Amino acid sequence: MSWKKALIPLASVPLIILLAYGFWTDPRAIPSPLVRQAAPSFRLALYDGDPLSLEGLKGKPVVLNFWASWCYPACYEEAPLLEATWRKYRDQGLMVVGVDIQDKEANAREFMRRFDFSFPNGPDPGSKISIDYGVYGVPETFFIDRQGRIKYKHVGALTPAVMEEQVRAILRET
Amino acid sequence: MRSAVKASGLLRRVALRGRGGRGLPPLACLGLVIVLALAAPPRGEAAGEPARPPGGPPPDLEQQVYAVASGLRCVVCQNLSVADSPSDLAKEMRSLIRERLQQGKTPDEIRAYFVSRYGDFVLLEPPKRGFNLLVWGLPFVALLAGACGVYLVARRWTERAHQAAPALDPAYLERVRREIEERKGSTGS
Repeated sequence: MSWKKALIPLASVPLIILLAYGFWTDPRAIPSPLVRQAAPSFRLALYDGDPLSLEGLKGKPVVLNFWASWCYPACYEEAPLLEATWRKYRDQGLMVVGVDIQDKEANAREFMRRFDFSFPNGPDPGSKISIDYGVYGVPETFFIDRQGRIKYKHVGALTPAVMEEQVRAILRET
Repeated sequence: MRSAVKASGLLRRVALRGRGGRGLPPLACLGLVIVLALAAPPRGEAAGEPARPPGGPPPDLEQQVYAVASGLRCVVCQNLSVADSPSDLAKEMRSLIRERLQQGKTPDEIRAYFVSRYGDFVLLEPPKRGFNLLVWGLPFVALLAGACGVYLVARRWTERAHQAAPALDPAYLERVRREIEERKGSTGS
């Protein structure tokens, strides 16, 4: 085969490599630049009236969950898991914090009542916290270790396996 | 929008020159169309932006907000910039841009803030580095490769057309000439 004839199949090699890269890459997985970085500080005016800030939780591992009452079904699927995790691990120092985004207060309160939320939740007026955490949509959850670093970001409804693995990881970190 | 109008005017001028027989060759026209399409950023009117009340922010601030927002991707939309999206999150992002500009932050600092939160994905125009260089370079490489291909094929066709007819056998030519002479002789008698 002359070099000219070999040129045609050879020219398709980079194209095949590019296609293979595209097929092996999950287009929905957009890595967050915040993972392994210090979690941005925030202040929440909780629905129960108390204030809460990330600085005030220093030294505690935090599960920071962004949700909304209009986020169906994903937020409804993971809500019982958030409450169960809070009840299971709060004695070990774990904090679960909910940030309700772009929601109506009455709907948010109904949502919290429905799932019997007892962990702190508050609205995010102006979506400032959401933008500061690079949130694309709801639900999204950040696992923050005792040093205040984001260890993991989960997009979509949490599963019991992911929750257990990540909570144990941030509880282990000293 | 303005750049699209400019581009269409330029194309019209190229087409008019073409009618006079002194226009750009078709390949150059195609190249020009591709370059213009790549150079013209998608623009549109800012949707859902409330009308500026009297005594509101100066118009140049709104222009700056629009300029920054039009380079950022609306992260909850498909193929819309923060400037063009009517979504709540895009509205909040525009407010944040306005707030930071009023605080004296530069457009580059604001863009850097959004990149630090969302990554390069938030930029509608991928930065010209690393793997992204492929996006910027490949169209030109493909254009060049196509032009080379067209040139090689055209040259081969031209060479074939101009190739001289194969030389005839002199003995055969001599025989034909003799036969013609014989025919002339026979018809003349």
